[in-house]
Amino acid sequence: MVDTLLIPLLKIVIVLNATLVAVTYMVLLERKVIAWAQSRLGPMRVGPYGILQPVADAIKLMLKEDITPVLADKWVFTAAPVISMVPALIVYAVIPFGPVVNLFGRQVSLYITDINVGLLYIVSVASVGVYGIILAGYASNSKFPLLASLRASAQLISYEVAVTLTLVSVILMSGSLSMVSIVRAQESQHLWYAFVQPLAFGIFVIGSLAETNRAPFDMPEAEQELTGGFHTEYSGMRFALFFLAEYANMIVVSSVATTLFLGGWLRPFPSVAALSFLDVIPSWTWFLIKSFLFLYFFVWIRATLPRYRYDQLMRLGWKVLIPLTIINLVVTGIVKVLIS
Amino acid sequence: MGTAIAFYFISACILGFAVLVISTKDTVHSVLFLVLDFLFVAALYVLLGAQFLAAIQILVYAGGIVVLYLFVVMLVNLKRPPEAHSDPHRKTKLGLGLAAAVLAELALLAVRSSDMPVRPIVEAAAVPVSGNTEVVGWMLYTSYLIPFEIASMLLLVAMIGAIVLAKREL
Repeated sequence: MVDTLLIPLLKIVIVLNATLVAVTYMVLLERKVIAWAQSRLGPMRVGPYGILQPVADAIKLMLKEDITPVLADKWVFTAAPVISMVPALIVYAVIPFGPVVNLFGRQVSLYITDINVGLLYIVSVASVGVYGIILAGYASNSKFPLLASLRASAQLISYEVAVTLTLVSVILMSGSLSMVSIVRAQESQHLWYAFVQPLAFGIFVIGSLAETNRAPFDMPEAEQELTGGFHTEYSGMRFALFFLAEYANMIVVSSVATTLFLGGWLRPFPSVAALSFLDVIPSWTWFLIKSFLFLYFFVWIRATLPRYRYDQLMRLGWKVLIPLTIINLVVTGIVKVLIS
Repeated sequence: MGTAIAFYFISACILGFAVLVISTKDTVHSVLFLVLDFLFVAALYVLLGAQFLAAIQILVYAGGIVVLYLFVVMLVNLKRPPEAHSDPHRKTKLGLGLAAAVLAELALLAVRSSDMPVRPIVEAAAVPVSGNTEVVGWMLYTSYLIPFEIASMLLLVAMIGAIVLAKREL
């Protein structure tokens, strides 16, 4: 009873709440880091150094008037924010934050579940998340959101191909689709896949910037061209849901990158015995540190690079990234056959 | 018992959404019901123990192909109701007859196969791998190699054909 129902339920509650808190503080981190990059202070008023700013933001968004345009498609307009939020959250079911640990005399795994097709589950759930953006643009019955959602869907479909192909080369290396087995494979092969698959890792990072609509690929919400993007007609809490979904997706992408390419919960150089003093830091902390570095990188990129033009984005995706991943995949396969 | 209830519930949802797909006036809503339909089909696969197929079903159909449908439907903007369009070549009787024949065939199959014991397609000992994905891969590249290659060839031809049709000057 405790093992089959209570512990999984507890894990789900903890992961969901931790994610939502992480998402709100990710927003604060982004505002702070971009402010520092631009020689500003960022939010300073609420709490010491603006540490309570997410709370103030949440209250403000909840108290705002919730407007539905008269000519909007009511059902779809209401469903769209939910459709984009839910896939971003249920992906956490298969992300391994750590191995099986001994907690209060009980063996507890630091992941909600480990399914045989974990990686495919993540990819397929993420592909459903596209509907939130497309439907938001369509249901608003307004020209700028529609343009933005067309851009978004074309961009997401194009980059999904490249990102999924990079995942295939990781699957070839590890021989498994289960997230836990992929980390275990990196442990037994004594290397992080970022070092043997640098090209796949680089393309995954670029592709995930595009998949999460982040700068320099944030065309779907280019304020200067589209007065805000696919969520122009949304206000209050529904707008907040889109915002939260975007940041939740960023955390998902960095967790996946950490698991596949940076050794998940493993410490640096897991096979070097001289560094075993690093084991005093618990495994899930390594996971969080690596994911945080990745998220920081996302913000750093946004503060540094200007936005791409739309045709440049498409050319990069189809004519550079996809051929490169296919070459990488073929080379990986050949080398694997030659070694074995 | 629980499995049977889940099976009948999911099947009822699949059929219900399929009816909604063809009866809804708004084309975008119709496409959305199609997505829901595909998601429930994936749920049925999970219930039958085919997780790999379920994930692929969502990835390819719900997340890939229907997005393109939605794209087209949003761009052409079908505001005209379907009644305004009458097809002079519509063969109602022939269509109904074909539908009745297919239904009768399916009913006959269901009735005749209901008392047959369930037989696995291959013996478990013949497949040297375990795990859902591994077994699917093994089957595709051994017993079903030729159908698999023919299907791949067909897809390749379709892809080249689409490119040739879309791009007049190569």
